[in-house]
Amino acid sequence: MAPPDGLSPAPTTGCAERPVRHEAGQREVFCGLTGIIWLHRKIQDAFFLVVGSRTCAHLIQSAAGVMIFAEPRFGTAIIDDRDLSGMADANDELDRVVAELVARRPDIRLLFLVGSCPSEVIKLDLSRAAQRLSRQFHPGVRVLNYSGSGIETTFTEGEDACLASLVPVLPETAEPGLLVVGALAEIVEDQFARAFAELGIGPVRFLPPRRARELPPVGPGTRFLLAQPFLVETARLLASRGAQHLPATFPLGAEGTTAWLAAAARAFGIPDARLAEVTAKGEARASAAIVRHREKLAGKSVFFLPDSQLEIPIARFLSREVGMELVEVATPYLHRGLMGPELALLPDCALTEGSDVDAQLDRVRAARPEITVCGLGLANPLEAEGLTTKWSIELVFTPIQGYDQAGDLAELFARPLNRRMRLAV
Amino acid sequence: MKLTLWTYEGPPHVGAMRIAASMEGLHYVLHAPQGDTYADLLFTMIQRDDRRPPVTYTTFQARDLGSDTADLFKRACADAVARFRPEALIVGASCTAELIQDDPGGLAAGMDLPVPVVPLELPAYQKKENWGAAETFYQLVRRLAARPAERTWERPRANILGPSSLGFRNRDDAIEITKLLGILGIEINVTAPMGCRPADLARLPQADFNVVLYPEVAETAARWLERTHGQPFTRTIPIGVGATTDFIHEVAGLAGVDPAPALAGQPSRLPWYSRSIDSTYLTGKRVFIFGDATHALAAARVATQEFGFDLVGLGTYSREFARDVRAAAEAHGLEALITDDYLEVEAAVAAAAPELVLGTQMERHIAKRLGIGCAVISAPVHVQDFPARHSPQMGFEGANVLWDTWVHPLVMGLEEHLLGMFREDFEFNDTAQPSHLGHGARTEEPAPAPADAPIWANEAEKELRKIPFFVRGKARRNTEKFAAQRGLGTITLETLYDAKAHFAR
Repeated sequence: MAPPDGLSPAPTTGCAERPVRHEAGQREVFCGLTGIIWLHRKIQDAFFLVVGSRTCAHLIQSAAGVMIFAEPRFGTAIIDDRDLSGMADANDELDRVVAELVARRPDIRLLFLVGSCPSEVIKLDLSRAAQRLSRQFHPGVRVLNYSGSGIETTFTEGEDACLASLVPVLPETAEPGLLVVGALAEIVEDQFARAFAELGIGPVRFLPPRRARELPPVGPGTRFLLAQPFLVETARLLASRGAQHLPATFPLGAEGTTAWLAAAARAFGIPDARLAEVTAKGEARASAAIVRHREKLAGKSVFFLPDSQLEIPIARFLSREVGMELVEVATPYLHRGLMGPELALLPDCALTEGSDVDAQLDRVRAARPEITVCGLGLANPLEAEGLTTKWSIELVFTPIQGYDQAGDLAELFARPLNRRMRLAV
Repeated sequence: MKLTLWTYEGPPHVGAMRIAASMEGLHYVLHAPQGDTYADLLFTMIQRDDRRPPVTYTTFQARDLGSDTADLFKRACADAVARFRPEALIVGASCTAELIQDDPGGLAAGMDLPVPVVPLELPAYQKKENWGAAETFYQLVRRLAARPAERTWERPRANILGPSSLGFRNRDDAIEITKLLGILGIEINVTAPMGCRPADLARLPQADFNVVLYPEVAETAARWLERTHGQPFTRTIPIGVGATTDFIHEVAGLAGVDPAPALAGQPSRLPWYSRSIDSTYLTGKRVFIFGDATHALAAARVATQEFGFDLVGLGTYSREFARDVRAAAEAHGLEALITDDYLEVEAAVAAAAPELVLGTQMERHIAKRLGIGCAVISAPVHVQDFPARHSPQMGFEGANVLWDTWVHPLVMGLEEHLLGMFREDFEFNDTAQPSHLGHGARTEEPAPAPADAPIWANEAEKELRKIPFFVRGKARRNTEKFAAQRGLGTITLETLYDAKAHFAR
């Protein structure tokens, strides 16, 4: 039976059936607006205009920290009391702000109107605004919209919402081809492009593209691989355009990368021998790079607090390739369909979906894991309690996918332990 | 709606968090959507606090909106009181919760909680962070310090009001001023909100007077204490040698003590450093100042009277104190820039073409883009301005810190002379950073010329390049103004020097 969202079914064997603790309570997570911080660098001629409050503007600048300089490619249209009291027509105001922005940044080709909690709660119709503004600025600037609000999206789900807003405007194609979905570091993207070329798979395109005018085409011949685990809605919309999802583990670690490449190889009829030839080199390099960290990390316990949905694939990698012990793996949202291949490989551990941060911290304190993966609001306080932490946002801001980053991924976990050992004060 | 790239202040509930995080034994239940917990990292990362801020968020999601978000809030209150056992609770809403109108204050009041509950009304679509901090502090003081106290102390006693979490150098300023008051024989009754408990706020009326270090946070409360308990408060902000001296006299007057012990000897090195001939080249350096009102006003006085700089721009984002800043700017023949629009500040800096910018983290970006030296004097600031070392701005040691900090970004004297004489050195030229700051290319971005701007003749443009980098922008603008006034279409070598002679007068 096909699941209702049209994606490939989860495997029904092994650990995929294990129970998951569903927790509700205070969530110590970012909202989806945070996705802008990496997406604005990935799509170079796009601008992200948040329609929200001063809190939204403050969030992005606090999270982006020193990176923001004089002319960032994102901003906030701050709603004020005139908009709320009806003294000003919010749509007219938005049109005025967008016109101001477009005049200021003539290099912008794609403008995202990004919904926030305040704009969602007052039910400002940004999708109609985007259509209206798209017509107004056609053909120079295309205007799209998505929601990065905290009430609807958690951290990386902002990327899912952004990419999902692109799917309906992707050009149509009947040609077969491979689409790799999820923002990746440029170096990783280039490595994957070379690997697919070696395998003889093509054409290969990436979503999001580096420039707004290079939108990849999609159609019934398109097969797509998800490079990131948090792309549920994007995957659903791609499937609705006839593209076929290739279920796989995510390309983290040697094992994950091989399985991910293999899913594409199978779909494109590449002989197993050729696949083995291409992956053997990468696997050998990855295990050579991991071995040094494995010596330090094997047997160490790790506890994941929920943040990005990368928790399960990274836990799978740390456990199977680095030899770490999993205490608890919590994720803000668990899509069993997309996570099926990962769950099948994940060794026995406590799995949690959702958050009740104080209760989770009680469990961390009771377990005293050797590494706790957590957000920036929790890391220093836990360090002060004598627990070693790995702050999780770095896992989103660092190239970690593919064979040649497997060692770097392990190193991200070895570094805090190494540091704790070095410091004699 | 307002297009915003950078915001100088956060929303008012962040101000309330700053008060809660400053204190001990106070907890804040904030009705807010999932994601607003980002504010925690201001405290845990920028200020490197070793504990979580004492804030419980309801973190409601879209699916909660269909059900009872008020019940969610009440549960969060009950859980927070049970888990953290605070002495007092503050409750309020963030911008989104303000829209759904659950009335946190009313809900918490109806719960019969075993601790005092102070409800906060912080209009997120009108007010900002400092206002939120001031209002929160005022509401706490009003509620907890209502009972009058007898003052039976032998020695004069003062409260220090204003130092708070995420305040620019508040930690070290409080240390410095405490020391200074100690020298004068004044006892500190309570320092608030930093490091105090709700019970300490109840003791505020025991002091003879209040020392207000940061009016942005503490003036509302200080005025209330003056009205209610007859406590006068200080008006002078002790930043700089002159202001610190005035402050000592003011405090000594309020306390009825002799100011001499605090002024004895040479309490600050700034006066001698500034008089030493090495500093002569600082005379008349053009400085642009922007920040919160307290720090901008203090910096304007220090820059002109203690460094010998020329003030070419003064502004603030603190609208609550706009009148004071306007008056100070007027005294320097300037029009104050009162704005929270980063792009307006950038335009004003470019137009004034200063040699030094004293501002916030954002002016750092502006100055970097324009290739101008910059030092930070005010929040908002980033992690590097919460340093490990003792770095007050206030008092005599604060003046020493100001001296080092403000002179550092300027090209040093000898290098400045050599750059004026020999312009074609392959290594030490004026597109390079001052050599004591390491290397890096500057980019020169003149402000966009008006459509009718005169054209530079090739020869004149070449001559302009020979003028040292840091005054070139000003020379360009002066010459263009001079030419425009005379209706000259082209700027020649002659025009350049005529303009120089004209503006030299």
